[in-house]
Amino acid sequence: MTTAAATTIKARQRPGDRIFSSATLIAGGLILAVLAAVAIFLLVESLPAFIADPGEFSGDTTNFWSYVGPLVFGTIYSAILALIMAVPVAIGIALFISHFAPRKLAQGLGYLVDLLAAVPSVVFGLWGIGVLAPLVQPFYSNLVDWFGWFPPFAGPVSGTGRTIFTVAIVLAVMILPIITAICREIFLQTPLLHEEAALALGATRWEMIRMAVLPFGLPGIISASMLGLGRALGETMAVAMVLSPSREVIFQLLTSQNSNTIASNIALNFPEAHGVGVNILLATGLMLFVVTLLVNMLARTIINSRKAFSGAN
Amino acid sequence: MTSVLDAAPLTNSLTAGKLPRRSSLWILLGSWAVSAAIFAMLYLSGSVDGFNIVGTVVFGTVLYCVAIYVLSRLVEGSRKAKDRLMTALVTAAFIIALLPLISIIYTTVVNGLPAFLTPTFFTESQRNVVGAGGGVLHAIVGTLMVTGMATLISVPIGLLASIYLVEYGRGRLAKAITFFVDVMTGIPSIVAGLFAFALFALLFDDPGIRFGFGGSIALSVLMIPVVVRSSEEMLKLVPNELREAAFALGVPKWLTILKVVLPTSIAGIVTGVMLSIARVIGETAPLLIIAGFTSSMNYDLFGERMMTLPVFVYTQYANQGADSQAYIDRAWAGALTLIVIVMLLNGLARLIAHWFSPKLGR
Repeated sequence: MTTAAATTIKARQRPGDRIFSSATLIAGGLILAVLAAVAIFLLVESLPAFIADPGEFSGDTTNFWSYVGPLVFGTIYSAILALIMAVPVAIGIALFISHFAPRKLAQGLGYLVDLLAAVPSVVFGLWGIGVLAPLVQPFYSNLVDWFGWFPPFAGPVSGTGRTIFTVAIVLAVMILPIITAICREIFLQTPLLHEEAALALGATRWEMIRMAVLPFGLPGIISASMLGLGRALGETMAVAMVLSPSREVIFQLLTSQNSNTIASNIALNFPEAHGVGVNILLATGLMLFVVTLLVNMLARTIINSRKAFSGAN
Repeated sequence: MTSVLDAAPLTNSLTAGKLPRRSSLWILLGSWAVSAAIFAMLYLSGSVDGFNIVGTVVFGTVLYCVAIYVLSRLVEGSRKAKDRLMTALVTAAFIIALLPLISIIYTTVVNGLPAFLTPTFFTESQRNVVGAGGGVLHAIVGTLMVTGMATLISVPIGLLASIYLVEYGRGRLAKAITFFVDVMTGIPSIVAGLFAFALFALLFDDPGIRFGFGGSIALSVLMIPVVVRSSEEMLKLVPNELREAAFALGVPKWLTILKVVLPTSIAGIVTGVMLSIARVIGETAPLLIIAGFTSSMNYDLFGERMMTLPVFVYTQYANQGADSQAYIDRAWAGALTLIVIVMLLNGLARLIAHWFSPKLGR
């Protein structure tokens, strides 16, 4: 940012200046226009879905809201499960890189975690179904045998391991890098004097982190989690490949019947959809867009309310 | 537990009992050995088939956490014990995150190499291929064209927008753009695909439209915010003295930006652009929606369906034919190709940043 003195001298505006500055202005405005266009075009194309004939919906659903209800539930359920698994681990990794690892190694270790973000989602899908699902299936059988009385673990167990719990694990791995990156930035911004004061009072390293780092980073942790939530809500291919879906609201984690998510439902059905079916899928996409937009806006507002975090992305 | 302290009330914390140096390392090795012994006994007794190495490490690490906490609590007191426990947990969290990364890369290489090394893999398409054989040439061409066009659209817009934010933008509009660029980085990729579909379906009045350029538009929606963010950071790093020196020489502002600011930050901008390419090149969902899939070559961005590498991986997996192993092999080989491309782009970007970054003397 250039500093503007109180009495700025107006420079002569040459044609080049005008052309260039308006070009940059147009490009900047275009971004806002694109965001608005996403909302408008999705809305226009999804209008027919809201007044669609009951016969157009597959299964025994008769209107749009009963069609999208289980999908919304599945989307939020899997994303929250993923978040519960990812946030503690991400905080741990961020603390390890910022406060525990040797200084010289810290940057390289950060790159390692970032590499996880570079893996395409379709590869996560292949891995989830080819490696993770068979790996965790025996644990699921044991869980159902021993803890079947606990409603979320009720049977019958899935024979393939392609359950919403496996999906949540894959999603957790996928959102780890973004949560870690933001938490790391924020932990590194803890005022050094706070940390040293805590240590000088005789605190152990963990007590120093409890007293100085975590309270300072709390808003950042919250918004990082919400950004991760946004990613998990919208993740498509990994869910589409791993989950064995059904059309109901299902709380059980380990059965072969699982609520599908909005994004995965679109990916699975779009290639064969036609007529109003396309509009119905676009309308579910609009729901997803609105939800993720709200989550992201809330997260960014929290981040921006503390100006020091603006570098975190 | 407090009896240790009660017995010697006068010892202060500096000289109080401490575990010997390197004791945590020995305890860790010890607990791994114990757990290995337990699993080896299970293996030898025949109740499980195969020596469970993952179980050994996991169980050993849990054992270490318990052992270090108890020992440290007995010798060093509860505060120090908690510190040691948390150190162990935090380190474990980091290792846990590395496990999927290693597992993904390992399985992709092992499963992908056989088909990857087939001579026809990079020279043929899937046209008229049933069962084994064929290649991904059509998908690679499609990916290069779609991503290349997306880059051509995103870089000028993104770069100009970031110049606006850093050099010109003041007040509400700039704030709004910054905010919504951040929000846009969180748009789900499938929504971008649906947007491109809705846009072109309305424009051309074709409810079943599929073509490569639509994929480029969808990818641009995802790519522009990333380009803006990274370029903005890089432009902000250019020292103000350089701009002021140019102004003092009577250089117009637009020439200052073109001839002074951009050349200074070009390395960082190129790095950012490459990272953003690496990010969108693996996107599957939007291309599945708007670019569709085919098994033939297509060099025309503006007509007909166009195959791309991520969609190739997905369709090979999802629509397995009679000889399903051949399809799964090709899916893994496609995944390997994709990972190699992404890693190359990432590595190259970091190298460029490392070689050409201005030495700011910090």
